[in-house]
Amino acid sequence: MLLGRVVGAVVPAVVYDGLEGVPMLLVQPLDRSGQPDGRTLVAADATRMAGPGELVCYEGGREAAMALDPSFVPVDHAIIGIVDDVVREPR
Amino acid sequence: MIVGTVTGHLHSTIAHPFYRAKPLLLVEREDASGVPTGDYLIAVDTVGAGVGQRVLVLDEGNGARQVMASADGPVRSVIVGIVDDVTHS
Repeated sequence: MLLGRVVGAVVPAVVYDGLEGVPMLLVQPLDRSGQPDGRTLVAADATRMAGPGELVCYEGGREAAMALDPSFVPVDHAIIGIVDDVVREPR
Repeated sequence: MIVGTVTGHLHSTIAHPFYRAKPLLLVEREDASGVPTGDYLIAVDTVGAGVGQRVLVLDEGNGARQVMASADGPVRSVIVGIVDDVTHS
């Protein structure tokens, strides 16, 4: 999993079977120190509770779909959890 | 598998049910000579690793689910070892 910041939402008009009602959020990936890193991506929100500005952790690949119900759906990133706090202890 | 160093942990109250009560650690990847590459990942700890320790991380879904004894957990990265030393020949 990686850390990301929710920066927006996508409102689909038509979706593939199984994705009805699944929130699609715009996520800005973050680097190890919490700074924006790379392009934003669209992730299905498996928690269904993430909102704008929130720090989340997301998974990519097959595991993203497995976080959803039904799980045999075409997604490549999913928000797995809303992060309350990251405790970093630099080496 | 990946060698990295644990640099922190994170708390997540609202998460997928699979992750309830599972320790999530921040692991920074290293190259072959032990220098941080700048990449990191968040992994489930299965061996009791702590901050500052070098660890072995499995970053593959099927093996991770086998380790976690879960058929359908959305998990890919698990810490499966604590590294004492890496030697180069």
